[in-house]
Amino acid sequence: MPQNDNTVELLTGKDRLGKKSRIPAWLDYLQSATGLFLALFITFHILFESSILFGKEAMYRLTKMFEGEPFIEGGEPLIITALAFIIFSMFIFHAFLAMRKFPSSYKEYQRYRAHSKLMHHQDTNLWFIQITTGFAMFFLGSIHLYMMMTSPENIGPFASSDRIYSDWMWPMYLLLLISVVLHAWVGVYRLIIKWGWFDGDNPRQNRKRAKTMIKGLVAIYLVLGLLSLASYMKIGYDHQDKYGERYVSEVKK
Amino acid sequence: MINKSQQVEENPEGYREIEITIFRYNSGKKDDKPAYQTYKLIETPGMTLYIALIKIWSTMDHHLSFDFVCRAGICGSCSMVVNGKPRLACKTRTEEFPDGKITLLPLPTFKHIKDLSVDTGNWMNDMSIKVESWIHSKEETDIAAIEKPIEPDVAQAVFELDRCIECGICLASCSTKIMHEDFVGAVGLNRSARFAMDPHDDRTDDEFYELIGDDNGVFGCMSLMGCEDHCPKELPLQTKIAYMRRKMVSLK
Repeated sequence: MPQNDNTVELLTGKDRLGKKSRIPAWLDYLQSATGLFLALFITFHILFESSILFGKEAMYRLTKMFEGEPFIEGGEPLIITALAFIIFSMFIFHAFLAMRKFPSSYKEYQRYRAHSKLMHHQDTNLWFIQITTGFAMFFLGSIHLYMMMTSPENIGPFASSDRIYSDWMWPMYLLLLISVVLHAWVGVYRLIIKWGWFDGDNPRQNRKRAKTMIKGLVAIYLVLGLLSLASYMKIGYDHQDKYGERYVSEVKK
Repeated sequence: MINKSQQVEENPEGYREIEITIFRYNSGKKDDKPAYQTYKLIETPGMTLYIALIKIWSTMDHHLSFDFVCRAGICGSCSMVVNGKPRLACKTRTEEFPDGKITLLPLPTFKHIKDLSVDTGNWMNDMSIKVESWIHSKEETDIAAIEKPIEPDVAQAVFELDRCIECGICLASCSTKIMHEDFVGAVGLNRSARFAMDPHDDRTDDEFYELIGDDNGVFGCMSLMGCEDHCPKELPLQTKIAYMRRKMVSLK
């Protein structure tokens, strides 16, 4: 006779002691925790990659710093592989958890869309952004993360620019940038509401403030990301005849 | 059907004419087809949708179905979708709509009866049973004795949540409820919070978990705040759902 709790839960919806599973609580918590981790990561990632706006040398130095150059001569791209692996794992785990909330049948989707179009409620519409950008990132994020994991040595002022311009990665990066910025900041707004982080004495007022702040951050990060992308495009365009050549630090010259 | 929806009213004061378009459908009648019907009427000062609907019903179309009891935002019977937003008809003035065009639909998610009339009562009753919406106490109540006193601010917080009128607007504004029929919604979670905060109730957080600790309960909420933004009683649903969520997640 099967004795494990899974069978009992299958038959009764509860465990042997007649208690509900705590897994839904964990899933809810972990969805938020992994989302917050990824949002924090992307906040810094976009800032770091925008170092190109300060010039090729700035971007090169920062890249080498992440490869551990102060301690390792010439840097070790495998550090990037390890970081990308951690982020990729977290990304997959978050996608797995968040997928639970997606409309999963025609009926659910039809009802959600018809209702949100009827109601014109901003936060309900923001969720549509969450699920569409989330869905897009299943693919866009995977392409990017896999490349970073397997070719970490191809990060640098010329290497990245060649990839973006000559290798035709810019349309993918453009879509990924828009998706990730919207998804991350709308997600952070949702977390603030969901867990009541900044309720204070006037939760309604603070929710409005949080939303204004989030809109500002979306705008700042989109502008920053687009300017960086444009900068890599320009370098890639200028560098197309020397495709494959690596940047050499001003200091070493 | 007596239908005088195009009837010209007398209007010596020169008030504006408004158009009210209403979803017409009888769920109980086989072969009935959903349709929209537009009624033109003269807006009078301070007119609410309640007054407008009564005017339509009494002078143009006696077959129109809709629900009202108190006319004062207390009974929660007259909830309907007004130009896309779930609202109480008795608390909605026609003058709010500058173009004078108003579309009325029945609340989604509830069992539709006819036209604007839906069955919220049975759903609310089931929800009350599901979240065990009553004081659980092992103490024998002596109705002759004065009730055990509680801190005034705690009482105030509990009474605040007790102001819920079960109008169903939180559910009709909720994407989770729209997609998942069994979700207890803000009204159910508000109930749980109300009893969780009440010192008269002996239930532990573990016991509340058994009632709302799943995707039909607090973990089904995606914090889209349709409930908070449409609640006609302006209940603190955002903070109370977060309160229950924190409680339920912190359990070992």
